[in-house]
Amino acid sequence: MKTKSADAELGSLLDWVEGMRKRVREIAREWEGREGNLIMILHAIQNEFGYVPRGVANELAREMGISMARIYEVITFYHYFRLTPPGSHTVQVCMGTACYLKGAEKLHGELERQLKLMEASGVRKGEFHVENVRCIGCCGMAPAVVMDGDTHGRLCPDAVKDILKRKRGK
Amino acid sequence: MIRQATMVEARINGLPVKAPEGTSILDAARRAGVRIPTLCKHPDLLPTAACGLCIVKIAGDRKMPRACATALQNGMDITTHDGELTRIRRTILELILSTHPNACLTCGRSGNCELQTLVGEFGVRNDRLEKHIRDVPSDHSNGSIIIDFAKCINCARCVQVCQEVQNVWALSILHRGIQMRMAPAGDISLADSPCIKCGQCAAHCPTGAIVEHDEIAAVWEALGDPDTFCSVQIAPSVRVALGEEFGFPPGTNLTRQIYATMRRLGFKAVFDTNFSADLTIMEEASEFVERFAHGRGSLPLITSCCPAWTDYMEKNHQDLINNFSTAKSPQQMLGVVAKTYFSEKMGIDPSKHFQVSIMPCTAKKYELERTDEMFASGYQDVDITLTTRELARMIKQSGLVFSEMPEEDADSVLGEYTGAGTIFGTTGGVMEAALRTGYYFVTGENLPQDGIEIMPVRGLEGVKEAEIDIQGAKVRVAVAHGMANVDKVLDRVRAARERGEEPPYHFIEVMACPGGCIGGGGQPYGISNEVRRKRMEGLYQDDKDRALRCSHENPSIKQIYKDFLGEPLSEKAERLLHTRYKPRKTYRR
Ligand code: SF4
Ligand code: SF4
Ligand code: SF4
Ligand code: FES
Ligand code: FES
Repeated sequence: MKTKSADAELGSLLDWVEGMRKRVREIAREWEGREGNLIMILHAIQNEFGYVPRGVANELAREMGISMARIYEVITFYHYFRLTPPGSHTVQVCMGTACYLKGAEKLHGELERQLKLMEASGVRKGEFHVENVRCIGCCGMAPAVVMDGDTHGRLCPDAVKDILKRKRGK
Repeated sequence: MIRQATMVEARINGLPVKAPEGTSILDAARRAGVRIPTLCKHPDLLPTAACGLCIVKIAGDRKMPRACATALQNGMDITTHDGELTRIRRTILELILSTHPNACLTCGRSGNCELQTLVGEFGVRNDRLEKHIRDVPSDHSNGSIIIDFAKCINCARCVQVCQEVQNVWALSILHRGIQMRMAPAGDISLADSPCIKCGQCAAHCPTGAIVEHDEIAAVWEALGDPDTFCSVQIAPSVRVALGEEFGFPPGTNLTRQIYATMRRLGFKAVFDTNFSADLTIMEEASEFVERFAHGRGSLPLITSCCPAWTDYMEKNHQDLINNFSTAKSPQQMLGVVAKTYFSEKMGIDPSKHFQVSIMPCTAKKYELERTDEMFASGYQDVDITLTTRELARMIKQSGLVFSEMPEEDADSVLGEYTGAGTIFGTTGGVMEAALRTGYYFVTGENLPQDGIEIMPVRGLEGVKEAEIDIQGAKVRVAVAHGMANVDKVLDRVRAARERGEEPPYHFIEVMACPGGCIGGGGQPYGISNEVRRKRMEGLYQDDKDRALRCSHENPSIKQIYKDFLGEPLSEKAERLLHTRYKPRKTYRR
């Protein structure tokens, strides 16, 4: 039983990859030979997938015969492009020295714990994307967390729940 | 006839200057004896105008243009240095320092860092601005080079080298404005990126943000172990570059002083990679004759002694794998014969034999464990590679006064070399050496004395072509260096193949670094075409000075085939001296 569903999962994943490849090819062909086409193609890809997943960028690099470096240079140059799924929130926990010393790890643990609780109560998995980052240049406010671009400083673990809730409320 | 360039006339600091149209103010000033400070501009590269240090004043212009990116024009009245410019430049340096760690004491570039030098010259003596240092871990993932992002000043030299000169695109500049930063292709580790470990980024970086992986300590340790027999080999191009670290002009050939130094460092046997370059030629020229004269195997034959190049090919030109020479590089050939032939002869236990190679190259570190064939002796054939820069540091650590070293000889058998072996260190050299011996293999005679120097394959032109007559058969060859040039040559080969035509070339030499190994990523800092030319001349002079100039004439080569290997491409030679290639992923993520 278990293997069967694993097979089915793999099967649908492969289908997804096949479909994704096909779409990338179509989009790339559509803009072939046109000036500034990489930006247009990335727009089309973002419209299609909601963001630019690494696997899609990889496929595009192969299809267009260009490098990943070029694609990432363009994606990161324009604020418009996203590297993470939309509708999701990005929580960056600073693990720089100052924040680390002021308990960033505890903060991270509390975040993960709160998210598990939220998932258990029906919040979609993947709605919050948590990552550890290096010093974000706000050491004076350590420990710091960046939530969708907004910096929250001097955070104690108890406050984590609140800001997550506020985010959802928006 | 060369078209006479139009000259422009201007004044720099009140003195009249003349320069060909298109010359930058930076270069024009330099020729007039004035050095304008720079950080982002490198003589090999186009200006990116990123740092702003080279600003100058032009009478009647309220802006301060950047000398590296502004062409000299008729009538310009330029001031390159005054109190105000000095103050602005100091402020620029202070701004750079506000995001730069004060880590000079423990930095791999200390003593020859361009930033450190300028900060010293401009007398910045305190941190006036608040510091914001990026607290990011270094990238140690690939064993050849290390990136310390905190020390990066975003000059983009490495990115330009990696993208435009090498066509590898392992590095990129991400984001913009204050968030701009250099990172491997899309924020992955170097090991997951297309990096070929050529080290050109390290050779062009002005700071300690990219340095070679330093392995001197392991060599000291081996030398200090009484049970270990340490031997060493010195690559062709090291002999004409090492001196720069000790005040000798580029191109000074210090082969015999290096041998003496190695003995004093404690190596029990001193070999020369030039010997195994001759050995490589015996195998590779035989392979060529097999393919060219007997039609056994694909043409063109492509040289494979550069590990950055073989890595590039395995990632990007997998359809040409069968065209690669299977002959190992001189480094690996020396390692295997040192641990088999030499060890047997001298009664040394090969498990106690520790072989160090001194190379111009960071990719050679990677080659040591590239495939199972690098362990053909039953042990790792070469244990450690030190770059020229590391060797210079090791000599300084040892207290030996290099400039006072006597001249000595290498140890016999694996130390004797011909002119063909020594020119391996420069672009065109492998081709020239292979043709000298290939000609002999086909005709039974050496090239005539006036034809032994194959001039069309020499020099710094990115792609060089030649046609050599071997008893009426025309051999078409191409030589390329700098990966971007290599791609052009391979595209021609591929196009001909697709049209079902004869290949445009029979034999292609490739070296990843511009200029070949003399311009390798592990060589002393300060590379430019002028330096490359001088190092090249040093090798060609060494070739001229040799009584024997063809690999097949080397008496030690004759002896090793007679005593041990049989003949080129024999079963034993295949087993010890040849390798295989396989497709590898360009991106591991
Ligand atoms: S890169 Fe240069 S300035 Fe920076 S720490 Fe190293 S030596 Fe000092
Ligand atoms: S070692 Fe060569 S390929 Fe690798 S990042 Fe540096 S320049 Fe690029
Ligand atoms: S790593 Fe070095 S060469 Fe590359 S951008 Fe940074 S400072 Fe410049
Ligand atoms: S360590 Fe967290 S902001 Fe600097
Ligand atoms: S050297 Fe001219 S702007 Fe950096």
